[in-house]
Amino acid sequence: MSTLLNISKIDMVFPTPNGDFTALKEVDLQIKKGEFISLIGHSGCGKSTVLNIVAGIHQATKGGVLLNNKEVLEPGPERAVVFQNHSLLPWLTAYQNVELAVDQVFKKTFTAPERKEWIEHNLKLVHMEHAMHKRPDEISGGMKQRVGIARALAMKPEVLLMDEPFGALDALTRAHMQDSLMDIQEELNNTVIMITHDVDEAVLLSDRIIMMTNGPAATIGEVLEVDLPRPRDRLSLAQDVEYNRLRSAVLTFLYEKQRKVEPLNHGQKKQQNAPTNKKVDVA
Amino acid sequence: MIKAFSKSGFNTLNNDFMSQWFVRISTTVKAIMLPIVGIAFFLGLWTIAANNIDTSLGQFPGPKAVGTQIVNLYQEHVDSREKEQAFYQRQELRNAERLKKDPNYPAKIRDYTGKETFLDQIITSLVTVMSGFLLAVIIAIPLGISVGLNKSLNLAINPIIQVFKPVSPLAWLPLVTMVVSAVYTSDAPMFDKSFINSMITVTLCCVWPMVINTAIGVSSINQDWLNVSSVLRLPSLVHVRKIILPASIPAIFTGMRLSLGIAWMVLIAAEMLAQNPGLGKFVWDEFQNGSSQSLSRIMTAVFVIGFIGFLLDRAMLKIQRFVSWDKTTVNR
Ligand SMILES: Nc1ncnc2c1ncn2[C@@H]1O[C@H](COP(=O)(O)OP(=O)(O)OP(=O)(O)O)[C@@H](O)[C@H]1O
Ligand SMILES: [Mg+2]
Repeated sequence: MSTLLNISKIDMVFPTPNGDFTALKEVDLQIKKGEFISLIGHSGCGKSTVLNIVAGIHQATKGGVLLNNKEVLEPGPERAVVFQNHSLLPWLTAYQNVELAVDQVFKKTFTAPERKEWIEHNLKLVHMEHAMHKRPDEISGGMKQRVGIARALAMKPEVLLMDEPFGALDALTRAHMQDSLMDIQEELNNTVIMITHDVDEAVLLSDRIIMMTNGPAATIGEVLEVDLPRPRDRLSLAQDVEYNRLRSAVLTFLYEKQRKVEPLNHGQKKQQNAPTNKKVDVA
Repeated sequence: MIKAFSKSGFNTLNNDFMSQWFVRISTTVKAIMLPIVGIAFFLGLWTIAANNIDTSLGQFPGPKAVGTQIVNLYQEHVDSREKEQAFYQRQELRNAERLKKDPNYPAKIRDYTGKETFLDQIITSLVTVMSGFLLAVIIAIPLGISVGLNKSLNLAINPIIQVFKPVSPLAWLPLVTMVVSAVYTSDAPMFDKSFINSMITVTLCCVWPMVINTAIGVSSINQDWLNVSSVLRLPSLVHVRKIILPASIPAIFTGMRLSLGIAWMVLIAAEMLAQNPGLGKFVWDEFQNGSSQSLSRIMTAVFVIGFIGFLLDRAMLKIQRFVSWDKTTVNR
């Protein structure tokens, strides 16, 4: 199959008060239709930045992104995003949040009853039918994240971009969501880029794992092909030799090759301390 | 052993239950009693102070004098309404008689021109403040949204807002009065000039806090929500209606409540200054009157002004609770 999404040698430089900060350097990646890609790397290396460039929210300083050989210049519904912190609109119910997206994208193609059915279908897909008329502040974190996923899926995007979609969830809900996502992916054959911190999640879900080096000037360190047969079952995989080989490959990359030497400062936001971490030559 | 255990378990449960009730009752008692104690204390102090202040218009009014005036003022209102009705009835009778004698007689009814009562003045002030406030909402919210959305417009308009904001609207009053009498010339005016003057003064003092708060609300909207909008490629109008407006409702209401409070204070002063009908004029007339009752009537007006101000704020809060999604900002 041919390339659907071409991330072509992108550099990203952020201007900061202390001078320019190169977040990404020569990130180059080609993704086929229906592929499930995971981006993994240490916090602050630039995963969200890559995703935001593909989404069109940021523009790369050098290089560019091609979707179906057309350059990505602005955000659009064909590249739906599940944001790192769900970003549901708090004044709308779960249903209305999805409705806003569906009405915008399928205004012309669907009739009103068809749209209603489609909204409900997508909320059912993420098992939210019982709480679809509740507002975000009335549902749990996991439910919010599921509505965020339903909203993105309902746009029938060519590429689904997910920024740590399960990051805020407890282990049980997380496993459940991963299984649902595999089912949905099986059914709809979406092209997905997912950012994760979780090695098991990456191996379980992906066709390819993209491992990023530490910033500044982060780039793709290694690419790991995951050739496990689908459908995948987390229990039986736990004993699988190939699964464990892949898992330790990712772990080796993260904790040996790209070990973080800087001290961990937990309470602080990476956005704030990052510009001071890097070394800038002030003439 | 088991028995003892369960018994002690029951006991602690019971104790918990009792102490919970105790806490609940004591908080309710506190919530009711403390304000009563406060008010009683205030009334006592006021009575003592009033007894010890002698003015050229007699003794300073205490709670009792104010109580009497409330009854008086209401009675005056009722009397005045009766007079008015009698006045119209007399005219109708007279017209009917004339028509009997001469069928071609053009029947006339003259308007009643009695003095406005206290209640009339309250209504006038309320109508004025609401009209001025609504006019300000119509101007300020679209302006605030545009300023919040557009950085260049913000830079262009900000100095003007910053200079005009601290100006007391009373300083505008003479200018407003002159401009209105020059511009608002119609043979059958729909509104009194004095009403227009007071209303514009109210609008002038409401506009700035509303524009500023709306603009701040709009320009500090969560970036994630803006990203959602841009991923969906919402057209600008939908973007404003579905994202910007609801997201900044809490800030907009903060500005609205702030300005309604100021507006009520300013309106009373403006009515006093310009002799425009309303509670301010009532206070001023009583002061000029200088009868033995004047001070207690003014004191009554002071309480009524305070109470209405309080009710206006409560009403805004109720509306805010109804429209706003952000319940946390409402409880302040
Ligand atoms: N708007 C910006 N201005 C300046 N620097 C930025 C900006 N956005 C991101 N950065 C920097 O770019 C680097 C990459 O940030 P990014 O958010 O992409 O990291 P991440 O890999 O997603 O981290 P995490 O896993 O913690 O979400 C960080 O050092 C960050 O400080
Ligand atoms: Mg991130």
